[in-house]
Amino acid sequence: MTAPEPHKVRVTREHARELLRQMILVRRFEEACIELYGAQKIRGFLHLYIGEEANAVGVMQALTPDDAIVATYREHGHALIRGIPPTAVMAEMFGKATGCSRGRGGSMHLFDVSRRFYGGNAIVGGGLPLAVGLALADKLRGLARVTCCIFGEGAAAEGEFHESLNLAALWKLPVLFVCENNRYAMGTAIERSESVPDIRRHAEAYGIVAEEVDGMNVVDVEVAARRAAEAVRAGDGPRFLENHTYRFRAHSMFDPDLYRDKAEVEAWKQRGPVVRFTQWVLDTNTLHRADIDAIETEVAQTIADAVAFAEASPLEPVEDLLRDVYAPRPAAPGAPAS
Amino acid sequence: MSATRRITYREAVREALREALLRDPRVFLMGEDVGRYGGSYACSSGLLAEFGEERIRDTPLSESGFVGAGIGAAIGGMRPIVEVMTVNFSLLALDQIVNNAATVRHMSGGQIAVPVVIRMATGAGRQLAAQHSHSLECWYAHVPGIRAVAPATVADARGMLWTALQEPNPVVIFEHATLYNDEGEVPGEGELAVDIDRAAVRRAGDDLSLITYGGSLKKALAAADALAGERIGCEVIDLRTLRPLDEETILASVRRTHRALIVDEGWRSGSLAGEIAARIAEEAFFDLDAPVRRVCSAEVPIPYPRHLEEAATPQVDGIVAAARGLVRR
Repeated sequence: MTAPEPHKVRVTREHARELLRQMILVRRFEEACIELYGAQKIRGFLHLYIGEEANAVGVMQALTPDDAIVATYREHGHALIRGIPPTAVMAEMFGKATGCSRGRGGSMHLFDVSRRFYGGNAIVGGGLPLAVGLALADKLRGLARVTCCIFGEGAAAEGEFHESLNLAALWKLPVLFVCENNRYAMGTAIERSESVPDIRRHAEAYGIVAEEVDGMNVVDVEVAARRAAEAVRAGDGPRFLENHTYRFRAHSMFDPDLYRDKAEVEAWKQRGPVVRFTQWVLDTNTLHRADIDAIETEVAQTIADAVAFAEASPLEPVEDLLRDVYAPRPAAPGAPAS
Repeated sequence: MSATRRITYREAVREALREALLRDPRVFLMGEDVGRYGGSYACSSGLLAEFGEERIRDTPLSESGFVGAGIGAAIGGMRPIVEVMTVNFSLLALDQIVNNAATVRHMSGGQIAVPVVIRMATGAGRQLAAQHSHSLECWYAHVPGIRAVAPATVADARGMLWTALQEPNPVVIFEHATLYNDEGEVPGEGELAVDIDRAAVRRAGDDLSLITYGGSLKKALAAADALAGERIGCEVIDLRTLRPLDEETILASVRRTHRALIVDEGWRSGSLAGEIAARIAEEAFFDLDAPVRRVCSAEVPIPYPRHLEEAATPQVDGIVAAARGLVRR
């Protein structure tokens, strides 16, 4: 294992601890989900983020509470790091009324508008036009906010990807596009689906400044995301990051994972974001083993609390089935503004 | 109250757009050729000069991209009016409308409202063949989370847009392409908003309920005129709102006339007419003196030649014949 480069940002002891804590939180949360899926507490599709943690953790460091996030169905990590309480995320997995989407969305549709977290979007590529629209609203309203749109490399084959990149570049909209390239769109390797597998070149074709990032290295991701978000916030139009990453688990719990070599998975695991960053903080004496143990203890408690909360939470009554299909009209509909 | 005026449907749409842009700074218009070109049906001519490029936004030919952007901008606090050239082109944006606009409120547990208005031309009658002439309103009316409206009169074209903009939900407005040149009465200034919840009885009658919407209304009214000469009194109901359906108005009429004929430019199979017929059968079966009948489009992509296009779509003669058949059973 080679340790990451020291980087241009100074990773203080406190910051290193926080980065590691966040990655471990996501990792342990996902591991708990696997168990809970086996116990049939979580049902439906469950897409795990194990192996990709450095991306959500690195990118979220660059965003302020005013910025918006549009994510995909592999979004547990992004939701947790954005600050949606693990209790509310886990309750959502359980389909409980206390979930962050009242249990109506489940694993693929985590929402928290108070934290400007706009899903949890499960149509590949479908979130990109939404992000463009959120950014357009900000631009029209004169708000210097970033909309961070996260998607996988599979989205690059969708028309909506190209339409959205073109619109964002054409209108100089404040969107930070983050492609988490984990090399497989479900079971289809990128070389088998893209005539030009360098996704960043697609963005460059639209005149968008794009950067390749080691998505297994949390500090690299943070540095790149800060740089890109700053440019976007400055009104410089969209930016694009292509983060090279890998999922260690199958696409979903239904996936027998027959399409890739075990050796390939193992090789990527050796470069795992948690193991690698842990090694680095220990090697550099940034953190000590006791610090890491303390993080593990704290995270274990957080997850135990989340599971207990989800277990104890009520299901929504069936009588409420039809709620939240339409928003209620304001009290005086049709009243002209002037 | 000022006097009523006579204007075209196109002018009504244009006035409604202008009014909305003047009244609400959150409103902007976006779509293909809405700016410099003035709108493919000339509904937005002059608006670019008056309101500028930020609020009258020409888009690339990216239906999914710009309709989705409209949905996102609505979530982000704006009141976008998105124009899609025709319902056929809107199929390229179906993902955004059905998978996003209609669902995000529900799957977020009620956290999000999507106050976007999506306008599109629909229907046959101008010899534009099979990729510009279809009536797919019922595809949208099928989807919970969307409101679908079809202004069939000039007054509704003038009023429905403002009402739709007050709605905190996605509203799809279908403007039948043969209506743009038609003239009609609109109220004077200050009485713009119209209700978009209820169907309207456009003509009263006792023998038969003629239920229709959009571009077929004028045909139904012409048929009712012809039938009046045969002493058949038609009650003509303009649905106006296709989702939710105003079942109450439909059923009240059918319970009184005991006969229902539905005129719908959509294809018969899986049509809105089929839905209405089913509801009448479910709720008013024992009030009927005759089976419900439908005049719909023939099961064929809309052909180019005039005579075949006319044969494929509901026409006055066909409506009259069907009505006669119903009453004289």
